[in-house]
Amino acid sequence: MAHEWAKGHGGVLPSTREEKRQFKELLKSRMIAMDEDNYKEAIDASFKVFAPRGINADLQKIINDSCTEVGSNSSDFWVMMAALKEFIVNEGCGEAPLEGSIPDMTSSTEHYINLQKIYQAKSEADFLVMEQRVENILKKIGRDPNSISKATIKSFCKNARKLKVCRYRLIEDEFNNPSLPELQKYLTDEDYSFAMGFYILLRAVDRYAANFNSFPGQFDGGMDEDISRLKTTAVSLLNDLGCNGLTLTEDLINEMCRFGAAELHSVAAFVGGIASQEVIKLITKQFVPMCGTYIFNGIDHKSQLLTLQVQAANP
Amino acid sequence: MADSSAPQSRSRDLDKLLLRPGNLVWPTFDPGAELRDDLQQYARVLVVGAGGLGCELLKDLALSGFRNLDVIDMDRIEVTNLNRQFLFRLEDVGKPKAEVAAKRVMERVAGVNIVPHFCRIEDKDIEFYSNFNIIALGLDSIEARSYINAVACSFLEYDSDDNPREETIKPMVDGGTEGFKGHARVIVPGVTPCFECTIWLFPPQVKFPLCTLAETPRTAAHCIEYAHLIKWDEVHSGKAFDPDHPEHMKWVYDEAVKRAELFGILGVTYSLTQGVVKNIIPAIASTNAIISAACALETLKIASGCSKTLSNYLTYNGVEGVHSKVTEFVKDKDCLVCGPGILIELDTSVTLQKFMDMLEENPKLLLSKASITHHGKNLYMQAPPVLEEMTRANLCVPLYELMGRVTKDILHATGTINKDNKKTSGLRKLRIVFKGIDGVTDMDMAGGA
Repeated sequence: MAHEWAKGHGGVLPSTREEKRQFKELLKSRMIAMDEDNYKEAIDASFKVFAPRGINADLQKIINDSCTEVGSNSSDFWVMMAALKEFIVNEGCGEAPLEGSIPDMTSSTEHYINLQKIYQAKSEADFLVMEQRVENILKKIGRDPNSISKATIKSFCKNARKLKVCRYRLIEDEFNNPSLPELQKYLTDEDYSFAMGFYILLRAVDRYAANFNSFPGQFDGGMDEDISRLKTTAVSLLNDLGCNGLTLTEDLINEMCRFGAAELHSVAAFVGGIASQEVIKLITKQFVPMCGTYIFNGIDHKSQLLTLQVQAANP
Repeated sequence: MADSSAPQSRSRDLDKLLLRPGNLVWPTFDPGAELRDDLQQYARVLVVGAGGLGCELLKDLALSGFRNLDVIDMDRIEVTNLNRQFLFRLEDVGKPKAEVAAKRVMERVAGVNIVPHFCRIEDKDIEFYSNFNIIALGLDSIEARSYINAVACSFLEYDSDDNPREETIKPMVDGGTEGFKGHARVIVPGVTPCFECTIWLFPPQVKFPLCTLAETPRTAAHCIEYAHLIKWDEVHSGKAFDPDHPEHMKWVYDEAVKRAELFGILGVTYSLTQGVVKNIIPAIASTNAIISAACALETLKIASGCSKTLSNYLTYNGVEGVHSKVTEFVKDKDCLVCGPGILIELDTSVTLQKFMDMLEENPKLLLSKASITHHGKNLYMQAPPVLEEMTRANLCVPLYELMGRVTKDILHATGTINKDNKKTSGLRKLRIVFKGIDGVTDMDMAGGA
């Protein structure tokens, strides 16, 4: 049906709201009875025909990464990435290798399995192209062309649309070389105000403790002085970070002193839960580890993940 | 962080929040030693479920200054629980979860008292639930949540301005997890949406059409469900399928394999068979810890007012990095469970028939062909014919008598709603108040007899 439409519309698929509506009407008009499930499914899934072609922005970013200029020291991942880059431009015609599986849909068993086989065949063909390209690249960089297994390449192809690159840096770097644009963006965004406020205050509290040998609000009495000292510390920290003139909410500064470095069990359990989950992901090499600084906000639970570094193209 | 001047207190950290005034707190927050002591002495929290979330909740609450906890769970401990229900050990397998959980936490936290209840939530009467200040849910089904929600909301009463009466509000904190995903929410009946108000949030359960299973299977799951739901009965007519019986499971697996071969479908494995038949949802300790911690924190805040609360729904997803988001859902004012219902004032002499006529004329209702129930009891049913005949006699009885001569109560009415020239079927919650009874003054509102 999509082909039919494209033929009648200069080879282009529906893109405007009106065109999409017309396409759905076209599907509906082909229904013979009101309860044909396969047509109903088609109408519900028609948005897939309208989906933009080509690769998504995340994948595009990785493709543009300088690590795709591979050398003898490059990891298997980047070698396969380089092959993917070539594939997309050539055999893929702008698309990544076909993943191969299809969702369930109302159909006779025979038709469904036939369709499944067609998809699987194309996926296999794409994989063979990728495998060849990987071998060629390995040869070019002076490595054994069979050093990356079939299974690895196949898995890479199957997951091509979900690839991710996570880069991390030392805490020292985060403290000494903050990314100013990121900081300013968060400090001026209302959704991030508490989270960013806590980030600054947590670091200010560390500085305070180093200067005064105690935490703000740790002892009863002298609260006003602690609040004023914490504020000064926070302001000087903001200046050091290059964010002069940006302010923190008074309420947060007061709460921080009120907390007096208290460690509540539930807060510890929450943060411990997140940390342990990340550890498990890293050890089992499954799922995608967190990339950034997660600030837990137990007041209104509007916690945020702050990416305080620009995900640079250079490692 | 040694505080050398004051004596070390178990409550040192909690005191910072309970004894000190703050800016981002509840308007009713009254900091001081009395608040802390009241929390310990008088606050009662019920934990529903002693599984993955329940174990964590009990621990968190006990370590958050609560001393009077109850826990209710109808299950016994199984080996597969042990990867995350950390209060249980191998030698506990077979024992009631609620009892072992209570015992273990009491061993570890001096001063806390936990009363276990090894039974179904339906086995307790309404009175039991009214004893608690807050109910914390660690459940794994929609049905159970719906039930507790209905119980908690049943305490709710509204005043003449349709505002919830504060002393009848029973807050709940509800948590749920599934693999790396989870949610925590605060339910304050009459203020935030209740569970029914937002039941549309749940995606429909996956059910395969019978014709797919019987005639056009396409996936391994179809083959498995065919063996489980259709073939089993054909071969073992009468005998119930027991998913925990390894021989039963093996039989289903073998049949599924045969069917898959017949249709050329790949992918039937023993583990997939178990997963499909038991509807297994993977559970990991870390997500349970995170969600329970959020719930326990909210419980502490609600009980003490020591900080602003979650408003009102937190979702968590740890599959790709870490994502958490807070959504503020709005209460459905027409909610049949937590809404006030439409107020109708009546004389004690009004018959059921007259009442039903009034429903048709009431501009807020426009409800015709009504069927009326009172706490589940059929007062009049339009259909089926046998029920109609049985309840027909009630039509000429005063509603006051049919409702057991109470001064006010809730009725539910189903029927056809005629609004804007459209007819739709609907269910409405009605608040009935009888006038002219000794001691009850007339309320100044429209909609009388």
